[in-house]
Amino acid sequence: MPASLAPAISESPLVKWLLIGVSVLFLGVFLLVPLGCIFAVAFGHGVLAYLTTFRDPDTLSSIRLTLLAALIAVPCNLVFGVAAAWAIGKFEFFGKSLLISLVDLPFSISPVVAGLTYVLLFGSHGWFGGWLAAHNVQIIFAVPGIVLATIFVTFPFIARELLPMMSAQGNDEEEAALTLGANGWQTFFKVTLPNVKWALLYGVILCNARAMGEFGAVSVVSGHIRGLTDTMPLQIEVLYNDYQFVPAFAVASLLALLALATLVVKSAVEWRSAVVERGTK
Amino acid sequence: MRRSIIPGFGLTLGFTLCYLSLLVLLPLAATFVQTSKIGWHEFWHIVTAPRALAAYGLSFGASLIGAAINFVLGTLVAWVLVRYQFPFKRLLDSLVDLPFALPTAVAGIALTTIYAPNGLLGRPLAELGIHVAFTRLGIVVALTFIGLPFVVRTVQPVLEDLDRELEEAAASLGAGRWQTFRRVVYPAIAPAAITGFALAFARGVGEYGSVIFIAGNMPMRTEIAPLLIVTKLEEYDYSGATAIATVMLLISFALLLGINGLQRWSGGRSERDAPEEPALRPAFGTGG
Repeated sequence: MPASLAPAISESPLVKWLLIGVSVLFLGVFLLVPLGCIFAVAFGHGVLAYLTTFRDPDTLSSIRLTLLAALIAVPCNLVFGVAAAWAIGKFEFFGKSLLISLVDLPFSISPVVAGLTYVLLFGSHGWFGGWLAAHNVQIIFAVPGIVLATIFVTFPFIARELLPMMSAQGNDEEEAALTLGANGWQTFFKVTLPNVKWALLYGVILCNARAMGEFGAVSVVSGHIRGLTDTMPLQIEVLYNDYQFVPAFAVASLLALLALATLVVKSAVEWRSAVVERGTK
Repeated sequence: MRRSIIPGFGLTLGFTLCYLSLLVLLPLAATFVQTSKIGWHEFWHIVTAPRALAAYGLSFGASLIGAAINFVLGTLVAWVLVRYQFPFKRLLDSLVDLPFALPTAVAGIALTTIYAPNGLLGRPLAELGIHVAFTRLGIVVALTFIGLPFVVRTVQPVLEDLDRELEEAAASLGAGRWQTFRRVVYPAIAPAAITGFALAFARGVGEYGSVIFIAGNMPMRTEIAPLLIVTKLEEYDYSGATAIATVMLLISFALLLGINGLQRWSGGRSERDAPEEPALRPAFGTGG
């Protein structure tokens, strides 16, 4: 661009730094201050008080339950995500956009409502409540309900990360592999998977972060039985409402670290795909 | 449909449909069936009770204000991140997604601690006579936090792809910088910004975890709609909870339809080759 036009299509330094200042202030107050606050309170009484938190059996059991729920929910949604992305991304069929909207549906439903739908299905007053009680199976106010609620709220994450990648990649490479005699599984593992692995990784990490952090839906189905059906976010609520701020923020700090790790992976994945994109151009 | 040699269509579509039906559609169906058992008269009585109306009003109003703040400041942040260079820019850019990744309960207790009357920001604000925690203003703060990434992340790619020659043309025709923004840049990014606004709004209406700590939760004053459902459940008032949940579900469906329409519209208006399925864009995490 000619030098004479440069001032005309950019702002004066004063305006520029004012806009940067307002943005940084906004992000600082709304993102950095809360993040800093979590660690400041968690370590407010020293490292020893922080570590003592993790001796409490209820806190430990909440960590175990959260890990268990994520360990079941994430693989379930991984299989679903890959299957849905394959079906939707690689084929044209009637009702495809409706199916995409349905996969997205759990995003737009309030987590509390999501939890309630499971109570209405499996709770003592629910559709299957009588049958479940007769067969001595407890889902609501027990671990299965927590796992189901977690699956519901993290349902679309992996599918949504994979879908754009799978459909953008097209079918040429897979068709070539099949023509050369590879079978379906070989094609998937040797051709498709390497192409989408970064999106898949990010989808899994994001799904996991949300699974471990889910509060509203799990809160409705958990029944809050201490040491039994409290997950980490529910344990944070219990401790916080008990005015046990250091333990509450200590547990919160673990989830905050998980969130930060998720952001690091996201940045790395975006950086990698930018490099790959530049490489192919 | 073109015959494809790629295998696995029946298997993957069948599995997708089964999983979706069992885990999402069946519970939703149960909710509507349970609601239909309540009876129209009783249903209407529950969902139009003053306490329920106050809760919807609060959830809507606070989400609207939070989304509006994000519409203005989110567009500004997107602009600053795309157009300017400054220290720690990449770090701040990555942090914009924090509200997607941070569990809502963690956000809730952190915001409450900061804005409590003895908190880091709560104390100076209280001296000015502004009380944030345990008031409606606190709910707006929480929903602004939760909705922060949406507008930034919808506007940012559009702004990156915007052809700067248009701005040069405007400048050479004598437009000032603000006039160029108003007449050239803003119309190009408006559909994306409005989509981001709608996503933030939809997220705010259903939000629970980050709000309940900071809200104070007084019926008629600071009780959001999802909390009212939880309260009714805790009182074993299943019909009450179900009826209000049905209203929330219908609102979610309406918002989802509206947002799909908006994405189609903004996809059609932006210059880049938009994917034919608007929903195929990368995900914006919501819920929590």
